[in-house]
Amino acid sequence: MQIARVVGTVVATQKHGSFEGAKLLLVQPVALDDTPRGPTLLAVDSVGAGVTERVLIVQEGRAAGEALGRKGAPVDAAIVGIIDSVDVQE
Amino acid sequence: MQMARVIGDVVATRKDDTLQGIKLLLIQPIGADGLSAGRTLVAVDSVGAGVGETVFFVRGKEASFPFHPTEVPADAGIVGIVDHWHVG
Repeated sequence: MQIARVVGTVVATQKHGSFEGAKLLLVQPVALDDTPRGPTLLAVDSVGAGVTERVLIVQEGRAAGEALGRKGAPVDAAIVGIIDSVDVQE
Repeated sequence: MQMARVIGDVVATRKDDTLQGIKLLLIQPIGADGLSAGRTLVAVDSVGAGVGETVFFVRGKEASFPFHPTEVPADAGIVGIVDHWHVG
């Protein structure tokens, strides 16, 4: 899993059926110091995350499909948690 | 998933049988700012996207899921057309 920052929302009317009712958020993976790492991604949200929140994302299809509650959904990223805090020792 | 702009069509007469009838599009991944991010790639289309549209696509084996039970040999697939997006 990776830490990401929710940076926006996406609206799509025409999409694969398994996305019906799913919330799509734009997330930017970040390093521990909150600097962006890699491209901005779209992730389905199953925990009620919002813009500016720091979240935990999975970037693997089966896990993302399970987060969406639908098997065989063509998704490869999902938000599975909202991060309260990260404690780095040392 | 990532957003991308559809920038072209790809035509291939000789291809894997399971790809027959499936539209292949050339896409340019973009970031939240709408600017190009990374290399262009070819993706299978399952939602009727066309050149000039902003779409979102999935990478990996999941790209073939919309064509289930046919196992399409694809590693990138367009699964939605973006109406609009909002940052911040």
